[in-house]
Amino acid sequence: MVTIEDYGNFKTAWCPGCGNHSILEAVKQALVGLQLHPFEVLLVSGIGQAAKAPHYLTANAFNGLHGRALPVATAAKLANKDLTVIVESGEGCVYGEGGNHFLAAIRRNPDLTVIVHNNQVYGLTKGQASPTSAQGFVTKAQPRGVFTMPFNPVSVAVAMHAGFVARGFSGEPEHLAGLIQAAIQHKGLSLIDVLQPCVSFNKVNTFAWYKKRCYEIPDHHNPTDREAALKLADEWGERIPIGVIYRGTRPSFEENFPVLDRGPLARRQVDLDELNTIMEHYG
Amino acid sequence: MNRNTVNILIGGEAGQGLATLGETLTRALVRAGYSVVVTQSYESRIRGGHNTFAIRVSTNEIQAPREMFDILVALHSETLELHRGELSSGSTVIVDADLASEDSGFIRVPFKELGSVRFENVTALGVVTAVLGLDQRIVAGVLEDFFAKRGREQIAANLDALEKGFRWIWGREKDLSRLQAPDNRVPGLMMNGNEAIALGAMSAGVKFCAFYPMTPATSIAINLAGNAEAMGIIVEQAEDEIAAINMAIGASFAGAPSMVVTSGGGFALMTEGVSLAAMTETPVVIVVAQRPGPATGLPTRTEQADLEFVLHAGHGEFPRAVFAPGSVEECFHLARKAFETAEQFRGPVFLLTDQFLADSYRSVERFKLDELPPVNSCAGSVVMTRRYRHYAVTDSGVSPRLFPGLSEQCGAPYSSDLLVCADSDEHTESGHITEDLSLRKTMVEKRLRKLEGMKTKIVPPDMQGDPDPDVMLICWGSTKGSVLEAAAELRARGLSVATVHLSQMWPLAPEQLVQVLSSAKLVASVEGNATGQMARLIRRETGFAIEKRILRYDGLPITPEAILGEFRYV
Repeated sequence: MVTIEDYGNFKTAWCPGCGNHSILEAVKQALVGLQLHPFEVLLVSGIGQAAKAPHYLTANAFNGLHGRALPVATAAKLANKDLTVIVESGEGCVYGEGGNHFLAAIRRNPDLTVIVHNNQVYGLTKGQASPTSAQGFVTKAQPRGVFTMPFNPVSVAVAMHAGFVARGFSGEPEHLAGLIQAAIQHKGLSLIDVLQPCVSFNKVNTFAWYKKRCYEIPDHHNPTDREAALKLADEWGERIPIGVIYRGTRPSFEENFPVLDRGPLARRQVDLDELNTIMEHYG
Repeated sequence: MNRNTVNILIGGEAGQGLATLGETLTRALVRAGYSVVVTQSYESRIRGGHNTFAIRVSTNEIQAPREMFDILVALHSETLELHRGELSSGSTVIVDADLASEDSGFIRVPFKELGSVRFENVTALGVVTAVLGLDQRIVAGVLEDFFAKRGREQIAANLDALEKGFRWIWGREKDLSRLQAPDNRVPGLMMNGNEAIALGAMSAGVKFCAFYPMTPATSIAINLAGNAEAMGIIVEQAEDEIAAINMAIGASFAGAPSMVVTSGGGFALMTEGVSLAAMTETPVVIVVAQRPGPATGLPTRTEQADLEFVLHAGHGEFPRAVFAPGSVEECFHLARKAFETAEQFRGPVFLLTDQFLADSYRSVERFKLDELPPVNSCAGSVVMTRRYRHYAVTDSGVSPRLFPGLSEQCGAPYSSDLLVCADSDEHTESGHITEDLSLRKTMVEKRLRKLEGMKTKIVPPDMQGDPDPDVMLICWGSTKGSVLEAAAELRARGLSVATVHLSQMWPLAPEQLVQVLSSAKLVASVEGNATGQMARLIRRETGFAIEKRILRYDGLPITPEAILGEFRYV
C-alpha cells in the first residue's frame, strides 16, 4: 500500500504562499491515488522555479536544461515504457524556450503527463514577462508593458488534436489531483496547464484574481466534442474554465514501435545472427 | 596494356544515375577481389549541376584517392571540360558520341542508338566493364541485387542496357586500360565510413539514435533505421538538433545506449546538451561528420575544421573523449570504442569524421562480429546494499550505474531505496540540487578524475616508417591514407620518412608524442583545414611546435599529390 509518506516531505526553496506547494501536494495525492510506487515514476523537468519540483518528492528524477524536459521525457519513455513519466516545469520552460518541443510532443503523442505551472511571469529570473503574460503587463524588462500576444497553450493543444487537454488551478488542489490522476491514466500525451499565483512577481494575477474567475467545467461538457472544446479553450478573462477540456483518441507514440513489445531497451541483447546478416548485405 | 591500378572518374549531372553507376561498378570490383577507394564529390542539389564519383581500383592494398585519371566517364559535356586536365597519359575517355569529336583516346558511345536515355548510366557501365576487362557476370549479379526490389522488368531492362554497352565496345577497341586480374584475394565488403559507423554502433549495442537530417551525417541514421526492427533499435528524427541530443540523453538515462549524428551546424545547436551529458553523467555518443563552415559553408564537401570546436564545445569544465577514424575499418572499431568509453565513463564521447570518409566506399575485410562483445552499461556497477547514489564519489570518479525503474538490471531488487536522480544543477551524491560550495568542489574534482581513467585507455598514435626520419608527416582522421601513400612515394625517392596518425584527439598522451616528434629532422602536419588545428593542439599540450603545415581547405580531400607537391625539391 503506497501512502503519501512514501513520497516524502522536503524543505523547498519556494516562497511561502507560492502555488507550487499545492501543485506538488496534488501530484503526490494523484500518485498515491493510483497506488504507484516511487520507483515506477520518473519526473522530468527543465529549469525554473517549478522545475525544482522533482527534488521535493521521492521518485526517479531527471532535472535537465531549460526548455528541454519534453525530448528527455519522450525518449526515456521510449527506452522504458513501463515507467510512468511526468513532466513538470513552468510555462517559460515548456511554452517559451521549449516551444518547438511542445508542438513536436503534441504531434508525436508520447504517453507523458505534462504539468505546466503557469503563473504568467518568470519567477527564477525575477519578474520578466512569460509567454502567457497578458498584453500590457508591466515589468522591469517590459517597462511599457508587454506588446506580444499571450500564448494560449490549451487552444493550441486542442487545435493540434492533443490526446488529453486540461486546465487546473493551484487553489483547487483536490480538483487538480483528480485531473492529474486522469491524465496519468490517459494513454498518450496529457497536458495540464495549471494556473497559479506568483506571490513575489505577479501583482496582477493574484490568488484572488484566479479564485474569482476559475470555475469548474460543468458535467454536460463532452470533452470529445472538439468544437465545444475549442470554445472552452478560448474562454479567458472574466471567467476561466478548469477541468478536462478535450480528449482525443490517437494512439500513443510508443505503439508505433513493435521493438518495445519486448520490454525495456536496456534488456535487449545484440542479436549476432541478425548483425552478421546485415553485414553480408555489404558483400 | 594491363595495369595493376586504375583511377576512374565518372562525372555527370545530379539525376543522371551517377551514384548507381559508381556504386554498382565499385561493388563489382570489390566482389571481383580488388581494393578500392571511392571519392564522391557532389553539389548541394538534387538535379543538374556537376557531380563526380571517383573509383581508384587496384590489385594492391590502396588507401587514398588520386588526382590523375586513367578512365574518364563523362555523362555530360561539363565533366569533359572540367576534368580534361586531370587525364594521365594513355587515358581513355568514355563519352556520348554527340558530346565530343576527338578520336584519340576517346571512346565515343552512340548512347541514343543503344537505347533509352534512362539507361545511359547502365549502358556506360557495360562499356566500362569491357574496358576494364571485368567479368560481365559479376557486374550483372550486382545489378540484379541492386534492382531486386524494383521487380523483374527493371532488372531485365538494366541487364539489357549493360549487355548493349558491353557488346558495342567488345571487339571495337583493342588497346584498353585493362586491369590485371586480382591475386586470389578473398572478396571483401564494400562499405563507406558512415555504414561502418552504423555497423560498429550496432555491434556495440546501440539502442537509440536521434538525429535531425544534415549532410553528410544523415546516412548513419538512415542505416540504423533500416535495421531498427532486426536489432531492437529506436531511431527518431527529432524536431531539431537540440531535441536530438536531449532525447539521446533521456534514452541513455533510462538504459538505452544512445547516439546522435550530425555535422558542424547541427552540432552547434547540441552544445548545451553536451554540457548536460557531462553534468548529469549520462553516456552519449556524438558523431560529427565535418563539412566546410562557417555557417552553411559548403554543405556537401569535406573539411577537418571542427576539431577545436568539438574539443571545446559545451560550457563548464568536464572530461570528454574524441576519436577520429582514419579509415572505414577504424570507423567501425572506433564507433565501438566510443560506446565503450561513453558507457564506462558516463559522459559525452565524440566520433569526428568528415564528408570524404563518410561517403568513401572501400573494400574492407569482414568484421569478426561474434568475437566482439557489446558494451556492458553496468560494468562498473555494484550491488547496492543501501540507498543508491547516482553520483557517489569514488576514487575513479565513476559512480555505480543504475537505470530508473530497472533496479534489478544491475543485480539489485526493486526498491524505493534504488531511485535514480540526475540533475543539471550542481548536485549531491544522490542527484539533488545543492548550493553547498564545498560539495561543489568535490563534484568538479570527481567528474574531472574520469579523465585520468580515460587516459589509461588511449588509442595510441599509429606510427609507421623509418626511425629518426628526415621527414615526419603527422595527421589525424581521414587524411591517414593519403599521408601513408605520400610517405611511400617519398621513400621511393630516397627520403627517410615516418608517419604519425592520431585517431584519438582527446585525451592525448603528450609525453609519448614529444618523444616521437623530436626524433625527426622535419615535422610536417597534414590537415584539411586552414589554420592547423591539430598542430595548435599539439603545441598547446606538449609545447612542441610543428614547423611545416600542409593544409587543404577548398572542400576537397587531401590527396597524396597535395602532400607530394610540398616536397617537389626531393
